[in-house]
Amino acid sequence: MDPAAAKLIGAGIACIGMGGAGVGVGVIFGNYLAAAVRNPSAAQGQFGNLIFGFAVTEALGIFSLLIALLLLFVSL
Amino acid sequence: MSIDPIHQFNIENLFKIGQFGDHAIYFTNSSAYMFLTVAIVSLLMIAGSAKRQLVPGRFQSMAEISYEFVTSTIRSTAGAEGMKFFPLIFSLFMFICVSNLVGIIPYTFTLSSHLIITAALALLVFFTVLIYGVYKNGLKFFKLFVPSGVPIYILPLVVFIEVFSFFLRPVSHSVRLFANMLAGHIALKVFAGFVALLGVSLGAIGWIGGVAPLALTVAIYALEILVAFLQAYVFAILTCIYLNDALHPGH
Repeated sequence: MDPAAAKLIGAGIACIGMGGAGVGVGVIFGNYLAAAVRNPSAAQGQFGNLIFGFAVTEALGIFSLLIALLLLFVSL
Repeated sequence: MSIDPIHQFNIENLFKIGQFGDHAIYFTNSSAYMFLTVAIVSLLMIAGSAKRQLVPGRFQSMAEISYEFVTSTIRSTAGAEGMKFFPLIFSLFMFICVSNLVGIIPYTFTLSSHLIITAALALLVFFTVLIYGVYKNGLKFFKLFVPSGVPIYILPLVVFIEVFSFFLRPVSHSVRLFANMLAGHIALKVFAGFVALLGVSLGAIGWIGGVAPLALTVAIYALEILVAFLQAYVFAILTCIYLNDALHPGH
């Protein structure tokens, strides 16, 4: 296979990993919202935890995006 | 016609300031933007604390809001003892937030889109946590890697994972900020490039159809302003959480 084509296909495949991060971030915000609606008074105190969970989950998606960007823009 | 979305991240040498062995050291556009960022933060804080009115003016309320925002973040995640590190966390937050917001202006350079800068900041936090943790708690600091109440037969595995994740912290801490800014700016440029591509290739119909990617660019731009602030907040809150490990080790 042509190396340039293989690179582009690899970048596309690497982006599939972001789907997992999308599911994870959705679960975090969905559960936060569900809990916040049940007990709005406790919601404000958990905002830091929400952002922490979001950041840790999002990082994994960003890693796969980074692989895609490296494949696209860095000439090896 | 082609789109070059990564041209914006070019480092340009402005003038030479020294020589280190065979390696010339230049004052780059990156350094210039660092000075600009620090100048903006300093001006905001100096102007904010100059008058000290009972009813704050514009600058004073901006300074007060940012101060109280960082204070409440530290208190809720690292406790009152974490206030010792207020200068560090406040500087990190303001530096990243202002440099991200400066970088979002078209034709400017984004500091945090370079891994070397975010890695330097993340390593600073990592070594602060490590050195302060050992200094304050002695060998008890290493209880961080041994969670209590874990059955003895899986303990080696858990300790291995804890140690591994501890040393991966600076990697994820820096790459998160860097990749978020990089990806956001590339996405902006790619969508903006679609407008010109459509117009050049399809003529009048293309220029009218270009309204769609233009609208999307505006929407992504608004999102990027949110991301610029959110990533600075995430960086600061993760710093607080890591410092909390040094202040109160053991699970």
